[in-house]
Amino acid sequence: MLYKLPLAGVLLPERGGSPNADRIASLYAVTLVIAFVVFIGVVVAIVYALRRYSEKRHPVATQTRGNTRLEIAWTLAASGLIVFLAVWTFIQLPGIENADESEASAAVIDAGIVPAGKDQPLTIEVIGRQYIWKFRYPGGASSYEEMVAPVGVTVKLEITSIDVAHSWWIPKLGGKFDALPGYTNETWFRISEEGVYQGQCAELCGRNHAVMFARVRAVSPDAYVAWLARQKRENAEGLAAAKADRPAIPEER
Amino acid sequence: MSTVEQPATVRSTTAAAPEIKTDRVSGPSRGFLDWLSTTDHKRIGILYLVTSFAFMMLGGVEALLMRTQLAQANLKVLDPQTYNQIMTMHGTTMVFLVVMPLWAGFSNYIVPLQIGARDMAFPRLNALSYWLFLAGGIVFYASVFFTPPEAGWTAYTPLSTGPYIPGNGTDAWIYLIHLTGIASLLGAVNVTVTIAHMRAPGMGWSRIPLFCWSMVAQAIMILLTIPVVAGAVTLMLTDRHFGTCFMSPACGGSALLYQHLFWFFGHPEVYIMILPAFGVISEVLPVFARKPIFGYRAIAASSLGIAFLSMLVWAHHMFATPLTPVVLAFFMLSSMAIAVPTGVKILNWIATLFHGSINAKVPLYFAVGFLILFTLGGITGVMLAIFPIDRQVTDTYFVVAHFHFVLVAGAVSGIMAALYYWFPKMTGRMLSERLGKISFWMQFVGFLGTFLIQHTLGLSGMPRRIYTYGAEKGWEVENLVSTVGAFILGIGVLLTMANVIWSLRCGQRASPDPWKGNTLEWFTASPPPVHNFDVVPVVRSVEPMREIRRRVARDQRTTEHHR
Repeated sequence: MLYKLPLAGVLLPERGGSPNADRIASLYAVTLVIAFVVFIGVVVAIVYALRRYSEKRHPVATQTRGNTRLEIAWTLAASGLIVFLAVWTFIQLPGIENADESEASAAVIDAGIVPAGKDQPLTIEVIGRQYIWKFRYPGGASSYEEMVAPVGVTVKLEITSIDVAHSWWIPKLGGKFDALPGYTNETWFRISEEGVYQGQCAELCGRNHAVMFARVRAVSPDAYVAWLARQKRENAEGLAAAKADRPAIPEER
Repeated sequence: MSTVEQPATVRSTTAAAPEIKTDRVSGPSRGFLDWLSTTDHKRIGILYLVTSFAFMMLGGVEALLMRTQLAQANLKVLDPQTYNQIMTMHGTTMVFLVVMPLWAGFSNYIVPLQIGARDMAFPRLNALSYWLFLAGGIVFYASVFFTPPEAGWTAYTPLSTGPYIPGNGTDAWIYLIHLTGIASLLGAVNVTVTIAHMRAPGMGWSRIPLFCWSMVAQAIMILLTIPVVAGAVTLMLTDRHFGTCFMSPACGGSALLYQHLFWFFGHPEVYIMILPAFGVISEVLPVFARKPIFGYRAIAASSLGIAFLSMLVWAHHMFATPLTPVVLAFFMLSSMAIAVPTGVKILNWIATLFHGSINAKVPLYFAVGFLILFTLGGITGVMLAIFPIDRQVTDTYFVVAHFHFVLVAGAVSGIMAALYYWFPKMTGRMLSERLGKISFWMQFVGFLGTFLIQHTLGLSGMPRRIYTYGAEKGWEVENLVSTVGAFILGIGVLLTMANVIWSLRCGQRASPDPWKGNTLEWFTASPPPVHNFDVVPVVRSVEPMREIRRRVARDQRTTEHHR
């Protein structure tokens, strides 16, 4: 119910890019409702006590020192609430943590991005460095700052860093995953709608931390394949130019 | 009448009110030198309080500078390097030079009085603690004239150890951790020994004031966790200067090691800052509700429970780092579990208000403000314990809001309540109620304005520790609201500082027991004489002052009768 309202980015985390982000948002919605009820309960109790038991209205205080039964009861109630939240989280967890194993869409398979069958994700490496993200695609292509990914297939990310700690985060595609030198962190997304999903580095990584942007541009499988081929060719040209010690882009005359 | 042992106090309580007749026991005053050489717990307490409130002003200015820079998109009040420096100074100042030493100040002043002791167990060690703390602050702030640290108050590696930040600011930060750490450790030993061995006759462990209980729990956490962070920053120091390789993967170290060590200290640190506030709330609520605390044992036990659990939750600060599922699950459950003793405390406090006769003075205002806002901070804490949710909101303004709810609305509200509650005892003057209430409302409204809306900023994707953002992000309105709120909050705090300065000279004179307190500090004069008590009363309950007041009233009646 709450989940249907346009509350993302106001009362709920961002969602709408990948199923894991959606599931986090709905898990958040459940905890938010509980939190709201508990908070309102506490505030109402305090305000009631302050008004009802003010010096004027209640001149003589009742000298109670506690009530063991009541105290046991609310300790159990608080524990019960926590247990409920834990159980609910564990039920939701597989859908958030485990990469979607369903088969890629026909268009993706036809384009030859991944083979047919279950659990065939596309793996993209994400490498953080001051102050730009680098992406390495299967087959040797790479890009900076903007990742291009096909819709309709599970994309697994292998995240690391070559200098300081960074954090990979595209809110609509799920939670943060820190990029640490010497470690590989893994997450996934599966986008169904073409578009650009924005994010930025979320771990203080130096003076220009604020401008270390990240983008995922989700495109059709065919467009992805075409982009990949061009990117690979341009990368190769750049490399060859560097080897031959001449500018990659011929100087204009 | 059956033969009741006549407590020695009766002699001194047959007069009109609990009274102290003091002879001068100290030598002639040497003014300034007295303060430099003092070993009196009360003077050391005041030194701590004055120094820390001064640092609070610095930390507050730093906060307002950051909020000004972020008020609108693409502002150029601070450049990126300065922003990071000010952000690092703000966090470090508020944690190590404001909240921790403020509690050291209050506990120095109040703990011996509450337990009926004449000083701390080790008065000279106590003075050493203060001077080490001050040295830490000076070393740290001296870096302003060179290159201030800019790796954040957490100083994550490899940013802090590698060649990424030129200058020696991070070393100044390390020395601050060492110096203030030793100060805290010595203070913790001192307060524990004092409470364990110097209590008034009859004050068993089940009759210790709850503020003292919270200081015991705090001392345990300090003793167990400060050495760990001191070790961690020592590793950092040797990595930076002596060619070791604990933190760098390039030569076989681990970039994650430091985070574990830091947060093993860092999470208990949250409770090191907040537990004394719990203690203050547990003192203030019963006094102003005119009834005993509801569930003394539950509150004392939950302090110890929180201290224990706080050391098992550190990795919830690291849910976004590569951790195995079983580790994630463990730290999620332990972090959720800590909500139970905390929740129990909140319910006990609310129950203390019920059926009371509430005397709405400023300390109670701050205590109630604490209850409401800290509850919200606790609730978002449970949300952050759920690691999939944490990964969406950690390192954003959501988490900034969360820990300011805990540390400003929690710890600082507790400090304000403590200041208004104990100021009459410390100075013999009351703080102005009027100015106090205006200050409270400005702090309350300003705080909500600053931090409530930051939850939204975080949910919409604004990371913490960024020095600017583009207009296309759509964060301008929320940030402007937050900045305006911060200035209101700042003025609120300034009003309390003005109140202190004004009341020191012109405040209404305070009697020894202006609030009708429950604990022994109200038995002695305001301010107390150097030796605190002429006669240390025998304690027969958690609220010794209630009996003493009753006995005084009875004695007065008898005297009048005999006339």
